[in-house]
Amino acid sequence: MNLFHRHRGLTPYLLLAPGTLFLMAFFVVPLGFLAYQSLESGNFDVGFAFTWAWGNYWTALHDYRAQFVRSLEYAGIATLLALVFSYPVAYWIAFRGGRWKNLLLLFIVAPFFVTYLIRTLAWETILADHGFVVNTLQSLHVLGSGGRLLATSTAVVAGITYNFLPFMALPLYVSLEQIDGRMIEAAEDLYASKWDAFWRVTFPLSLPGVVAGTLLTFIPAAGDFINAQLLGSTQNHMIGNVIQSKFLEQTEYPSAAAMSFILMAAILVFVFLYARLVGTEQLTGTAV
Amino acid sequence: MTNQLTRRQLLERGAAGGAVLTLPGLLAACGGTSKAGAGSTTSHQLAKTLNFSNWTLYMDTNNKTHTNPSLVAFKKQTGVGVSYVEDINDNASFFGKIQGPLSRGQSIHRDIIVLTDNDRYLGLMLKKGWAEKLDKSAIPNMKNLVAVQRHPNFDPNRDYTLPWQSGMTGIAYNDTLTDPVLSLSDLLENPKLKGKITVLNSMGDAMTIVMLANGDDPAKVTDKSWNDAFNRIKKAVDNKQIRQFTGNDYAPPLAKGDLAAAMSWSGDIAQIGNKHIHWNVPKDGGALWTDNMLIPKGGNVYTASVYMNYVYDPKVQGLMEAGDPKRNITGIYYIPPVMGAKAWALKYNPSVANNPLIFPNAETLAKVHIFDNAALNNQKYLTQWQNLISG
Repeated sequence: MNLFHRHRGLTPYLLLAPGTLFLMAFFVVPLGFLAYQSLESGNFDVGFAFTWAWGNYWTALHDYRAQFVRSLEYAGIATLLALVFSYPVAYWIAFRGGRWKNLLLLFIVAPFFVTYLIRTLAWETILADHGFVVNTLQSLHVLGSGGRLLATSTAVVAGITYNFLPFMALPLYVSLEQIDGRMIEAAEDLYASKWDAFWRVTFPLSLPGVVAGTLLTFIPAAGDFINAQLLGSTQNHMIGNVIQSKFLEQTEYPSAAAMSFILMAAILVFVFLYARLVGTEQLTGTAV
Repeated sequence: MTNQLTRRQLLERGAAGGAVLTLPGLLAACGGTSKAGAGSTTSHQLAKTLNFSNWTLYMDTNNKTHTNPSLVAFKKQTGVGVSYVEDINDNASFFGKIQGPLSRGQSIHRDIIVLTDNDRYLGLMLKKGWAEKLDKSAIPNMKNLVAVQRHPNFDPNRDYTLPWQSGMTGIAYNDTLTDPVLSLSDLLENPKLKGKITVLNSMGDAMTIVMLANGDDPAKVTDKSWNDAFNRIKKAVDNKQIRQFTGNDYAPPLAKGDLAAAMSWSGDIAQIGNKHIHWNVPKDGGALWTDNMLIPKGGNVYTASVYMNYVYDPKVQGLMEAGDPKRNITGIYYIPPVMGAKAWALKYNPSVANNPLIFPNAETLAKVHIFDNAALNNQKYLTQWQNLISG
């Protein structure tokens, strides 16, 4: 009778159309262009020409291996730290927050109403050479008298951890909050210690949050360049800094495009291995 | 069930559709070579509006009315309103913004833009043919251009560009943390300053100063002088003497005390106004750079030229530069390229006119040098430099 009834097969496509078109126009097409660009040779002065220049990939990997490795390393450490810091917090809010839950969540999110750049700049002040943190660490002899935090890898990792913390904490909170408290009670009734109940019931049930949180943190962190730019020194630059400078300052578009693809590939490989390790069902929560 | 898609089917079909749709887009989007620019306007009729892109804090400003007095006066005099936009933060990213339309032969809807001569982009604009020729018949005041600026190597006859303002690159230090830092060797090699100094990430600025300290001529870079200077900086990086390479973001840490000294620009230090921070041209010489006005392809040449003529009037330039405290006008406080501006500046604001950072004396100017334009475009140098500053 009506249009949708007669063309039931079309409905899903129609529903998908806006999203698909959006992704086409703003993701797939630019990505295709980037791929094309990454295989060009030449320079800005004489122009670029498409020559299947696979060498761009090799050169990028060869010249910037240190930055690639550093990016994955920093992003990995920051993701782990974010997990370790936010799990107890999310756990506490979900199970002990009571009627303050929303307010407590707001506390986690509130700093993020301030722009990314300003938050990172704030860390410059927090970690300043004559600031409270450095002075305290110096008096505890954790840092030598000439020691500093700014312009070191510690500062960069700390900055990344802080900046991506809510991407970890919120998915964790959601998955912990959904856990039926009776399951934990049941575990304890069956003579599981608190410790066992946590590791055998609570933690496995929160895995979708852990997986979502680690991916949401790790992926953007690996491509970040703001933290390394503002809090790091030359020795702490990540691959994002190199890509940024290649695109904007050196106008070496092919090399920058190739590096973007290598970074994407590296992240995909990581995500794939990770998914194999914990299972994709964890991400969608269908394992429960 | 037969008519319904499973989630998996949906994803698969979506992905297949994506692959098909992308191909034409991909082919259409690719056009590597540049075409000729848009047509120019050569009539001798003034436009209603002059579109002017400039850097921030680079125009005289009335602090009460928040207007730019010289632009208001220009409108009164000529009837041309200036749409003045401060949208240039650094050469690289501004060039990144405008190169797309310019390479496709489209106008960027600007009549004047301002780029720095010790970065590669100014030269690139001229080389690519993306700048209009000035209408010199409309700029008789060009005779007031200071002698040292008349024949730069990127535009030997000033056919395309005119200086807006100049500035110097030297060394600033915080006297609460260090003895005066007056030479490059002190900055890069004094162990007391280890991890407490920064160097500019702008290749032209940094290399000029290091080459001068090495006794080489920064205006004629050779592979040898390049390598010597490069290795000297690299050594300071490896020794961890250099904490960071910066743009003008060295200013806050210098004021806070995270930095004892920094390679820096004169105007910034004048603006910080901190009595513990001193700026000097290094013993062996500093860098001189100039921001240049140019008319991008498609801009209104006549109107832009008439405006350039206006700012090259020493009386106008004097007020723009020095401001006027009696009328609550802040000046530009950089180095004006217009002869005779100082005489007028003295009338408006003697303290600025006598500030050696703004109106440098002949002795100071003799110590500052301009970097070789050919080296700025040397791909090997650029890559080497970029790899150094990005670790």
